[in-house]
Amino acid sequence: MSSREKILAAIRGVSSESKSLPEIPDFRLSGDLEEVFRQSILGNKGEMLSKAEFKKWIPCMNFQKVISLSAHFRTTGNLTLPEDPHELEDLGLAILDGQFGVAENGAIWLEDTNLGLRALPFITEHLVIVLDRSKLVETMHQGYDLVGNAHSGFGLFIAGPSKTADIEQSLVIGAHGAKSLRVVLV
Amino acid sequence: MSHPENATEFLKDQAKAKWHDETLWFVRDKRDRISKTIPEWEQLRDLASQIKDNVLVNLASYLEDFERNALQNGIKIHWAADAEEHNQHVLRILQEKNCKAIVKSKSILTEECHLNPYLEKEGIEVVDTDLGERIVQFLNQPPSHIVLPAIHLKKGEISDLFHEKLQTEKGNDDPYYLTQAARIHLREKFLGAKVAITGVNFGIAETGEFVVCTNEGNADMGVHLADVHIACMGIEKILPRRKDLGVFLRLLARSATGQPITNYNSHFRSPSPGKEIHIVLVDNGRTAQLAREKFKNSLKCIRCGACMNTCPIYRRSGGFSYGSTVPGPIGSILSPGLDMKKHSTLPFASTLCGSCSDVCPVKINIHEQLYEWRQEITKTHGEFGKGLSMKLANGIFKSPLAYKISGNLMRAALRALPDSMIYHPLNTWGKSRNLPETPTETFQQWYQKNRP
Repeated sequence: MSSREKILAAIRGVSSESKSLPEIPDFRLSGDLEEVFRQSILGNKGEMLSKAEFKKWIPCMNFQKVISLSAHFRTTGNLTLPEDPHELEDLGLAILDGQFGVAENGAIWLEDTNLGLRALPFITEHLVIVLDRSKLVETMHQGYDLVGNAHSGFGLFIAGPSKTADIEQSLVIGAHGAKSLRVVLV
Repeated sequence: MSHPENATEFLKDQAKAKWHDETLWFVRDKRDRISKTIPEWEQLRDLASQIKDNVLVNLASYLEDFERNALQNGIKIHWAADAEEHNQHVLRILQEKNCKAIVKSKSILTEECHLNPYLEKEGIEVVDTDLGERIVQFLNQPPSHIVLPAIHLKKGEISDLFHEKLQTEKGNDDPYYLTQAARIHLREKFLGAKVAITGVNFGIAETGEFVVCTNEGNADMGVHLADVHIACMGIEKILPRRKDLGVFLRLLARSATGQPITNYNSHFRSPSPGKEIHIVLVDNGRTAQLAREKFKNSLKCIRCGACMNTCPIYRRSGGFSYGSTVPGPIGSILSPGLDMKKHSTLPFASTLCGSCSDVCPVKINIHEQLYEWRQEITKTHGEFGKGLSMKLANGIFKSPLAYKISGNLMRAALRALPDSMIYHPLNTWGKSRNLPETPTETFQQWYQKNRP
């Protein structure tokens, strides 16, 4: 018998009464959605910028290499996506469009179509996600309703910059992934 | 070594033990505060518990769904009955790819299977990429906590370690400085690895996708730069529906560290063009635990670590005192199922206060199971010498005269005997405990004198 069959047989050998799968209520959130989302992002050590603030911020940073896949900032990048993600090693900034944001925790959903290369939001030194302010939902439940049956090979919720507290529980921003996350609501 | 012996070792450095206790309590407090901001928190715990109940009943068919959907998505599936077979699967994939160096993000399952030493024996370099795990790996230690692997270390120790291993400035113990040194060191490893290993937080039966949660982004840095992603997954990690993730992702990080969500929550459904994803589905004692009616729902665990942070014993004895991959209250009900003799002292490493059950996001009755394991262990391994004294006590309490005489004797003896007799090594209750002063009279005598 293969291990697969052995494992499945062992599970089926355990008798147990049936337990039904609960329906998940549509839990909601009160308050001004945009303000709750802003506080969540700040709590996750991200930043919130307006479009004007973002346009002012970019030249101050003197980025050498910028990739923009955002429909809102098509001309901001100076680099096209390479085939091999290893070439992104010294990328300064990536600008991506998020699909929607979750107010309760600041999580923003992106799929393969938004990412170009899956490594992009991690390997870049700094990350900007552009989000349509009409695409904010209250809780993760509404978030997964929006994801629905979408069939992307890869999708993820990003809620902040790369961080760690593994040394004496001291919070450090910028572990292995992007050292900062800025969210631009448009 | 037994838990009490190991705990004694941990408590020798009292200042560090106090720091450990307070730091974990701080994490527990953060969990409390954030859970109070969610009005439906208790409802979410109920839902999570019910979903997992349903999973345990239908696990076989969910695993088949998961496998079928994952295969359709172009993912390769391997089944492993035990740790050995799990390690063999991983090694075989690495050999097929002619791979000599891998990066690995946090996976308690690979710790449980002792994958690192297995691969290292075959000449493969394994680099743990979670900062805390890299730190303990440099020290040849296992993680002491499933979420905070290096919580037993102070920054001075990490500074010395990084000075030796990563040539950081001697004496510089700034956490930012040390983290940046690790970032540079690990980036080179990420860029060079052809195969990356991750654990799995949740596998979704209806879609065949799996979810990996990190704050550091190390899992994604590894797998998206490598050609091959191997995901090691315990068979109990299954959830039926994608929307169940809404419940579990709301609970996981809030319970673990008191944050609203981990910063990266990656859903892997199919490999990028030209790349491969493998999932190793592992039993290693899980079906045996499922067959133990009293203990089966320990398999509902989502490895958040909340029971460790709240446990008065864990906080004051450290993760290593348990001598098992998963320490703390949940480890103490999982590990005896794997090796009852080796882990026979763990269910006793508890005050049965029940705080672990109170914070568990999937409502496992941990403290009741600790009590049940005690029954099983004493049945199998005898009563640790308490049998005789219990019989004696039984005789004394049955007879009022015997009770009166022995009470008088004990009060006299405790006053007269030297401390070396009372705090004898055989009297384990005398360890780190002082007896109260003995009263001069019994309650009966007092009542006779004072009654109205």
